[in-house]
Amino acid sequence: MTTPTATASRPLLEVRDLHVTYRQGGQAVPAVRGVDFTLAPGDTLGVAGESGCGKSTMALSLLRLHGDAAKVTGEVLFDGENLLTTSWSKLRAVRWAGASVVFQGAMSALNPVRTVLDQIVEPMVLHDRVGPKEAERRATELLDSVGIPARRIRSYPHEFSGGQRQRVMIAMALACRPDLIIADEPTTALDVMVQAQILELLGELVRESRIAVIMITHDLSLLAHTCDRLAVMYAGRIVELGPSRQVLKDPQHPYTRSLSQAFPTIGDPASRRAPAGLPGDPPRPGENDQGCAFAPRCPEAEESCRSGELLLWPTGPGRSAACRHVPPQHGGTS
Amino acid sequence: MTPIPDRSGAEARADVPAQVPAPEQTPALEARDLSVVYPGSRGRGPARAVDGVNLRIGKGEIVALIGESGCGKSTLARALVGLVRPTGGQVLSQGRPLDYSAKALKQYRRHTQLVLQDPGGALNPKQNVYDAVALGPRLHRLTEGLPERVHGALARAGLRPPEAFVGRYPHELSGGQQQRAVIAGVLALDPMVMVADEPVASLDASVRGEILKLILHLRDELGLSALVVSHDLGLAWNIADRVAVMYLGRVVEQGTVEEVLLHPKHPYTQALLSVIPNGAEDWRPTLLTGEPPDPTAIPAGCRFHPRCGRWAAASEADRAAAACDRRELPVLTPDGARAACHLLEPNTLLPETV
Amino acid sequence: MSAAQTATEPVHAEAPAAAPVPPRFAAARRFARAFRGRPAGVAGLSILLLFTLLALLAPAFIGPDQLDVTKVNGPLLAAPSGSYPLGTDQAGRSVLLLLIWGSRESLEIGVLATVLTVVFGSAIGIVAGHFGGFVGRALMHVTDWFIALPSLPLAISLAAVLGQGSASITIAIAVTSWTATARLVRAQTLAVEARPFVERARALGAGNWQIMLRQVLPNVMPLILVSSTLTVAGSLLSEATLTFLGLGSPTDVTWGEMIHDAFFGGAFTADAWWYLLPPGLAILAVVLGFTLTGRAVEHVLDPRMENK
Repeated sequence: MTTPTATASRPLLEVRDLHVTYRQGGQAVPAVRGVDFTLAPGDTLGVAGESGCGKSTMALSLLRLHGDAAKVTGEVLFDGENLLTTSWSKLRAVRWAGASVVFQGAMSALNPVRTVLDQIVEPMVLHDRVGPKEAERRATELLDSVGIPARRIRSYPHEFSGGQRQRVMIAMALACRPDLIIADEPTTALDVMVQAQILELLGELVRESRIAVIMITHDLSLLAHTCDRLAVMYAGRIVELGPSRQVLKDPQHPYTRSLSQAFPTIGDPASRRAPAGLPGDPPRPGENDQGCAFAPRCPEAEESCRSGELLLWPTGPGRSAACRHVPPQHGGTS
Repeated sequence: MTPIPDRSGAEARADVPAQVPAPEQTPALEARDLSVVYPGSRGRGPARAVDGVNLRIGKGEIVALIGESGCGKSTLARALVGLVRPTGGQVLSQGRPLDYSAKALKQYRRHTQLVLQDPGGALNPKQNVYDAVALGPRLHRLTEGLPERVHGALARAGLRPPEAFVGRYPHELSGGQQQRAVIAGVLALDPMVMVADEPVASLDASVRGEILKLILHLRDELGLSALVVSHDLGLAWNIADRVAVMYLGRVVEQGTVEEVLLHPKHPYTQALLSVIPNGAEDWRPTLLTGEPPDPTAIPAGCRFHPRCGRWAAASEADRAAAACDRRELPVLTPDGARAACHLLEPNTLLPETV
Repeated sequence: MSAAQTATEPVHAEAPAAAPVPPRFAAARRFARAFRGRPAGVAGLSILLLFTLLALLAPAFIGPDQLDVTKVNGPLLAAPSGSYPLGTDQAGRSVLLLLIWGSRESLEIGVLATVLTVVFGSAIGIVAGHFGGFVGRALMHVTDWFIALPSLPLAISLAAVLGQGSASITIAIAVTSWTATARLVRAQTLAVEARPFVERARALGAGNWQIMLRQVLPNVMPLILVSSTLTVAGSLLSEATLTFLGLGSPTDVTWGEMIHDAFFGGAFTADAWWYLLPPGLAILAVVLGFTLTGRAVEHVLDPRMENK
């Protein structure tokens, strides 16, 4: 909160010490183990990490979308309101209009027996209390802005291709003019070309209307172009946070380094016939609490990495990392 | 329009370690004018999933087959391993046409193997790793020394020590371990050719590199030939010797990885390359518009022309001369032209790439 | 391990240590452990074991004399007492002994009918699901005909043709209930066949039978198992229905036959609840036992059921 813009407007979203613990077969499985970040209006934050690192759990827990299956502690301040303790009716209002979610599988998130128009109009009529005529006009406009022509708005989800369904999902997310969109792997199942189209579309809409975005994916290079800031998660914690281009070009945490090398730059002789990977498997949640969680797979790990607790610390302007080998540097924010 | 900037310096060095086998060798696996047409259903016309493809995989060579979903690449892969019977053309294994009698097919499957995209689904949840890997040898009655064979395959696939894995069930393995178990199941048959359909698409970024390393390693150590089907051009750069780009049932561009990825000629290849984020400040993808390709309604002339930026930007005179919307393109052959595009021909006024 | 070592030559004596094969039946052991964690299932299984044990041991303490209407000498339709804990029937036989003896025939019919149903239905279902095309369609058409057959009239006419008694009842139950299993198994087979591991097996060189027996069957088995426990329950009820309607042999003692005798022998008018109630409750208990066991098996085999 040291940047001048932050003083002008208070953060839209402030997450403090977020923990999410699942109950599984009588055991408590910690999926998210202390996550802090803030998001200003219009900010875009990318969250990257391997499957099982807690990135989706973290994002969905912000709106308490896990129900009773998970225990969520900490603070999630959305416009100053703590979503973790607020009443269900207030939370519902936030889910309708304040923050919406774009899920990964558009086919299962859409109701197969209703037209896409009906599905977009419904929240508008219910929540914004606009007349059905007005809602339909707005829905048509929205679908048009995501590239679904007016003649197709009365089609059913199965009549669309995967990319088009994901566009419909985005239109639905925008229906009640939210301040925040949480996109959980919005393009994972799609072709590269469609993926590029969707990201371009999302980027455009967000820039125009100053909607804040939290985007979750495992592909680091995609995030760098769509998000201003990047958070890399490992074993339920953020291990590196900073401006996306810097994080990608000059990663500080060894884990970020190996993630960024996993997708080669075509033309780079270093990666020709030399795929880069990271040996070993991610730790299972709750497996090991001592020291740096990445130490067992880290090429640079030392004895000191295996004990004590490791926190995210500032390592440069706007950057922070959780690695003993990166010297702390003040002037950054976390 | 340079798809990826700043690679002129890189290419000089990258071109050096080309390991393309001598062309006079009998290819390990070859598709000749191969086509697969699925009969139409629900009021749609027949789907020409693969519509005349020539492809050659040399001994010890890794070929990447790149394309978007619906381009026919998975059907081609299945036709090459004999799971789908072609409606036209031939599959040649070691120079001999594939025989589709049950006995000959079983014999063929001993040395030409398929690795599927989703390793979690490719393993029977009721079978432990030992039985999953032993499945192939048991089917081919290679039961003598079976435990040693299975352990050897597991070790070569990187599941070490094998005894720690044999008793586990698929759901007890990570995604990368599952894919290694699938590959071990292939290796247990000592195959000569491996066809991998999106082997890393469902895996995490860090695991992706490990599996690709394994495929490279198997080629180097065992001389395995491989066709890797993917939508990811970066994968081709990582492991392949040659690459073929498919669009709507045809190969539209082919060549060595360096040729195709550093000097793409076909506008489709260029567009595919342009959408890969490269970290540059001025990165602007060339987005293709229009409907996604549909194999039941293949456009006349060049099948890419409705979405082609080069065609859209061409002058009236060039359009009249090239006639992409009417004139059929010849089918590419391994020894022929690199790209199938009318606007590349010398009689057109457009330069190849700018 | 020692058995393997003695069986092989000395040269290979070390081989098992170098390349150990995972133990068999590990899955069965895990299943048993998980099943023990479900009290309802354990209760259900205990009920079944109790009845099975009684049925098996019955000949040890019940002689033919005690069941023969002509040889018994107890009071007629007497209320429960010290010597007749569940009272007597209209011929003076002990209802308790009848109940225990009746479990033999009832369970036999139920289990036999189920085995026929499940084996036949599963075979048809898997073959129809695997082959699809002409074979699959033809088999499903045949199944549809059988579904359309009205079960009660069919059973009655079968009994008329084959004669009264447990054999015709067993066949009648099997003929009318295999279709449900076949439909169920075919649907599951189609789902399993669509999964990549079947394609992998095919690519490795597996033929039709190997795919059906080694890949599909183990994945359809849990469903078959669960459905068979429910089929047993259904068979018991059908047996009771058919014998109640008089299709059983009057000389046999089954629970259905007991209700039949009680109903037509004047137990109602005599207010002899002790004669009517026990066979009904016994049927209820066994059906419940099978259902509880089936539900528990379903849960153990499919961990995703946990949330429902």
